[in-house]
Amino acid sequence: MATYPIRIRALLKGDVTSITAIVSHPMETGLRKDDAGKTIPAQFIQVLTVEVNGKKMMESHLNTAVSTNPVFNFKLKGAKLGDKVVVSWTDNTGEKGSGETTIIPG
Amino acid sequence: MNVTRRNMLKHLGSGSTLAALLVSGLMKPVTAFAGPWSKPSFESKDMAAAMKNIDAAAAVESKDILLTAPAIAENGAVVPISVVSNIPNTTRISILVEKNPMPLAGSFEMAEGALPDVGVRLKFSQTSNVRAVVTAGGKSYMTQKEVKVTAGGCGG
Repeated sequence: MATYPIRIRALLKGDVTSITAIVSHPMETGLRKDDAGKTIPAQFIQVLTVEVNGKKMMESHLNTAVSTNPVFNFKLKGAKLGDKVVVSWTDNTGEKGSGETTIIPG
Repeated sequence: MNVTRRNMLKHLGSGSTLAALLVSGLMKPVTAFAGPWSKPSFESKDMAAAMKNIDAAAAVESKDILLTAPAIAENGAVVPISVVSNIPNTTRISILVEKNPMPLAGSFEMAEGALPDVGVRLKFSQTSNVRAVVTAGGKSYMTQKEVKVTAGGCGG
């Protein structure tokens, strides 16, 4: 089974937390063909959520147009140092992944 | 009539609970996420259909949306796009690439405490306008700019 590493960073500066999440994911469009001329089936993240201390803050709905190994930048206001940030995703084939980090000084 | 005091209180109790739920629901629309991934929206084949499917057909141009995109992208497979909305009560930012086979690239919804400030990297199949659509207080706003692509990102 394929694995999809995820890296997350959450940096607090002033009262704004900047979150960067990088997911290793093919984000295959379903429009490309392999060397044999066979269409490579679409595989792309459809839903990506950001939770802070268990509360959902962001929900992103995505299409095949998001680049391979996608990078997301989000911002929060009012979160605190040490708060737990969880980023989770689900793709169109049912694969799922998530990662977590704590907010550190930026 | 056979309404005991106890039953009466029960009925009143459930009624006021319902009212409280309704009020809290009305007071906090920003914490509600709009539901599952929308196949019709994401599979729309042109800008007009996509705009209609995300309830933004009546979007008005706004200078309070800051859309950052390169004027020229050498690699259409990785085009960095960021959108910041300065429109109060922004609850959703959608990004559409007009000339892509499916224009709607992503929709980002935020609860209270999340800022309307998102960055993502997108594929462009060719030179195209990229459009940011903001939903705020039940209305839609938009801005767009052109990205010239020298090598497409969706080819095979």
